Amino acid sequence: MSPGIVILVLAVVAAAGFGLHRRRVDGRFAGHARTHAAGEPGTGPAPAPAVAEDVPHEPSAWERLSASVPHAELGERATLVQFSSAFCAPCRTTRVVLADVAERHDGIAHVEVDAEQHLALVRELDVRRTPTTLVLDRAGREVTRAAGAPRREQVLAALPLTEESR
Amino acid sequence: MSQQSGIDPRGPRFTAAVTFVIFAVALLLSDAQPAVAAVLTGIQAVFFAIGAGLGVQKTPTGLVFRSLVRPRLTPPAELEDPAPPRFAQAVGLVFAVVATLGFATGAVLLGQVFAGFAIVAAFLNAAFAFCLGCEMYLLGLRLRPARG
Repeated sequence: MSPGIVILVLAVVAAAGFGLHRRRVDGRFAGHARTHAAGEPGTGPAPAPAVAEDVPHEPSAWERLSASVPHAELGERATLVQFSSAFCAPCRTTRVVLADVAERHDGIAHVEVDAEQHLALVRELDVRRTPTTLVLDRAGREVTRAAGAPRREQVLAALPLTEESR
Repeated sequence: MSQQSGIDPRGPRFTAAVTFVIFAVALLLSDAQPAVAAVLTGIQAVFFAIGAGLGVQKTPTGLVFRSLVRPRLTPPAELEDPAPPRFAQAVGLVFAVVATLGFATGAVLLGQVFAGFAIVAAFLNAAFAFCLGCEMYLLGLRLRPARG
């Protein structure tokens, strides 16, 4: 086979594999390695994720966030922190879903952060894609996060995790 | 639900499908006839330049979509911001230009590799509505020296 055909086949296989993988993991809430020392909490509410107790000296996600975005307000029950950027089509869908969840449920706040304006925060919180949604508990600790646009059900399923982390 | 100032999200996907076909044909011909491959990727580079400069709606494929394809489809459920696909056209332009230079100057493998990258991006866009260039954008910003 000539190199042109080989490259064509490789490119299509790589793209299809990557696309299918992304379709599977997009919007799925899971613990983040940096904030969860042990264990993957997965999507279900079963294991209470080990949060900041492991690393008490580390500032919480909210402390980092409010240093960069001073006027943001923490929700009484939970806060949905969405990182967005200009060249990001799914950010728009995510904004609609999260704003709607925040409006319909008491004590839930939605904070949208422009990743380009807050690159230091993006690095500190290890945000790699937009949209990325962090779910913070009432103390402002990160409980779980999802990269890619989450569906409403996925957001609602992640919210109870904030009750367990106290 | 969404503002009026959007575009039909299927437009850029249609454009990406045509882009995919052009690069695929160029790759298939590149070993035997690199000059023809250079012409094809060169034409695609012009399309990308129009898309990056004026917006995806203004490319020849964008116009075909609007006049011939869209009237046959149901109205879109939601409109999309034209900025992300326009940015992707600019990224595509870089790859198309390098591929064209490779095919035209005899560096055929270089042309093939860049055409291959372009195929990955075009396929993801057409099949999954996934914008690879848009995602590289934030990663690129993150790589810049930390400043705040």
